[in-house]
Amino acid sequence: MPLHLLRGDISVNEFVFFINNVVIAGSVTGSIYAIGAVGITLVFGIMRFAHFAHADMMTLGAFIVLLLTSMFPSAGNAVGMPTAIVMLPPAIISTALIAVLIDKTFYKPMRVHGVKPIVMVIASLGVTLMLQGLIRLFTGTGSQSLYVDDRKEIFRFAVPIEGVRMPVVLTEPQIYLFVLTVIAVTALHLFLSRSRLGKAMRAMSDNPDLARSSGINTNTIVAVTWMIVGGLATIAGTLLAMDVTFKPDLSFHILLPIFAAAIVGGVGQPFGAIAGGFVVGFAEALAVFNWNVLLRPVHDSLPTWLELPSNLAFVGTEYKIVVPFFILVAILVWRPTGIFKGKVI
Amino acid sequence: MSAHNPHRREVAVSPRSFPLREWIMLTAVALAVGAVFLSMGTPYSVRMLVEASCYAILALGLTIQWGYAGQFNAGVMGFVALGGFSTMLFTVPVNHAFWDSDLPGELGRVLLYLVAASLAVIAASRLNRLGLPNWLRTFITIVLALVLYMVVISQFRAVTDDIQRQADFIGGFGMPVWLGWAVGAALAGGVGYLIGHICLGLRSDYLAIATLGIAEIIKAFLKNSDWLTRGTATVSPLPWPVPGPGELGFTLARAAYLSVTAVMIAIIFVLLQRAYNAPWGRMIRAIRDNEVSSAAMGKDINRRRLEIFVLGCILMGLGGAALGSFNGLFDPQGYLPLNHTFLVLVMVILGGPGNNLGTIFGAVAVYIIWIMSEPLALYVMDLVTSFGHTHFGWDIPRNMESRALQARVFVIGLLITVVLRVAPKGLLPEKVKHHD
Repeated sequence: MPLHLLRGDISVNEFVFFINNVVIAGSVTGSIYAIGAVGITLVFGIMRFAHFAHADMMTLGAFIVLLLTSMFPSAGNAVGMPTAIVMLPPAIISTALIAVLIDKTFYKPMRVHGVKPIVMVIASLGVTLMLQGLIRLFTGTGSQSLYVDDRKEIFRFAVPIEGVRMPVVLTEPQIYLFVLTVIAVTALHLFLSRSRLGKAMRAMSDNPDLARSSGINTNTIVAVTWMIVGGLATIAGTLLAMDVTFKPDLSFHILLPIFAAAIVGGVGQPFGAIAGGFVVGFAEALAVFNWNVLLRPVHDSLPTWLELPSNLAFVGTEYKIVVPFFILVAILVWRPTGIFKGKVI
Repeated sequence: MSAHNPHRREVAVSPRSFPLREWIMLTAVALAVGAVFLSMGTPYSVRMLVEASCYAILALGLTIQWGYAGQFNAGVMGFVALGGFSTMLFTVPVNHAFWDSDLPGELGRVLLYLVAASLAVIAASRLNRLGLPNWLRTFITIVLALVLYMVVISQFRAVTDDIQRQADFIGGFGMPVWLGWAVGAALAGGVGYLIGHICLGLRSDYLAIATLGIAEIIKAFLKNSDWLTRGTATVSPLPWPVPGPGELGFTLARAAYLSVTAVMIAIIFVLLQRAYNAPWGRMIRAIRDNEVSSAAMGKDINRRRLEIFVLGCILMGLGGAALGSFNGLFDPQGYLPLNHTFLVLVMVILGGPGNNLGTIFGAVAVYIIWIMSEPLALYVMDLVTSFGHTHFGWDIPRNMESRALQARVFVIGLLITVVLRVAPKGLLPEKVKHHD
């Protein structure tokens, strides 16, 4: 083994690069996919259809935050947090109510009518188009920043090793994202495992007929589910919009990863969906990472016939969407129940 | 058989023998077409009819998937794009800058590598037959696949970069248009086979998710493969199967094109109608209506599903190819879920899923509304903003035109949900024959 590999100081820079581009980027997209996939899996488990309007519900939540933030741009200064974070609770409440309203107007009549689940899927596509149209009517098709009045803080952590020039970079919304993901997941766990309603939800997900006959009010459960789904969608959408920008044409690009995450985790399994979200997020980050960077320290010791090309990424960033699709296909072929043994419905 | 048996007769659901509903609908569409001819002029209206006829082929493809078999394809756009791509690749004139260089050989070499690498990986996945434990076999296969993939893709990137630098793109094959259409249909059918093979054994939701994904992937591939499609730079002009506007003038050339698509629709219609009434069609509908009992009757459910899904995808590829040739321009960015998936969906569920005549009627009617809604949306938006400006002093935001067009997205979505609730069988419902 060449000596300079053991010295460390040469490869640490590359390692920091790896942390920035894979560990942090993967956790960021993974958290967003995880929160999104939990919503998908709850609807899938309780109402038993693939809810295609989820991505636009995320956009709707972010849009409400954007609206509130532009109305009160300096509200964040009073608390010392970005205004968008301060506006998150009212946006969660309004999106939750809108989600219940959408269910009452569009999905419930069909459910009562007893249509096939696939018709519900088509109806949810109709809802997604309506939301898209409405949001774009207000915001136009361009992208906007959720930081209306305040500045996006960027933290650079120097690595305490000699000879490392590259800092570990984290932005303010990413820190909020991690904190909020932990809070949301813990709250969801406590709700599902401790509260009466949460237990009833799990019962209905396992066996709706049995749940109904044991006296669980399914209408309440459905309404509560939509509120949770709307709230989680708002969190995911807002944090995604804070991390990059608010884009109204997000929907079809994020639908595939979150569906893949929900199916990987096992349909109807909220914790599986969280795991699936991180699997998909890290897979994307690993696939677009240029592995040549990590091989640079050993480059000189390679035999001369082996000439490494400068781009050793598995897929270009423009083909990122292939990754969740590949994962989806792989899981459907080998283990349609997902890693956590969900339903195949 | 039933003709010889006096106790069995076939009765239609509707007691009327005269198809009043059909005649009213078709007259309405004919009147609408006439109104467009009068108000917008002949060349414009013929163009609209050609596009509507291409959409009718797409809608027929979707109606056999959704109406005959209850499979929901949410990625019509992908199959349309494949058809358009294939007609572009086959019909565009030969690019001598590419073929005269040594690049075709290089590309062939990389493709050979790809085949060799795939064979090596397949061989590695069979290693357990030599007595290797399964986990070791899996490990070796995965590592080998990753390494070989990396080798092949690096070579591939080098070659495609060279192609782009030296020859812009590989150009077409300069073949006749019908060949491009046929290959487009076959290509779409092939992709449909792969997707269907994976998803059709599971519930139809999975098919919807997978088709939605494959459509986005096909679009991303066509948009970013500059060496193959020129990407965002677009390719034009694409030749027509009939003499173009340069020789015959706009109206006549478009009318000739319309006759080609109309003949195609007529052939497809007759064949589908026969298939619907044949034992095969009855079997497909039996599977749609009651999967368990058809399985109990010994029908091979997954095979029949795969057949009908691939057939629908072939029709979508064909329609997409016809649409692509007619546009005369291959622009991968022009393929939008709204225009090429949801519009077709509305045509089918409004016209009547499972009823071929209703589907064609829906395609023409919805396309007329769609085309006319663009000036209408702009006009309404203009009216609203000027009204708001004079009475309430609103300041008009920029890019109002693009926003006005977003209203159409809303309307399509509303239409889907309302039709599903109010008229789930469409305006011309499928006629189910009952046997006493």
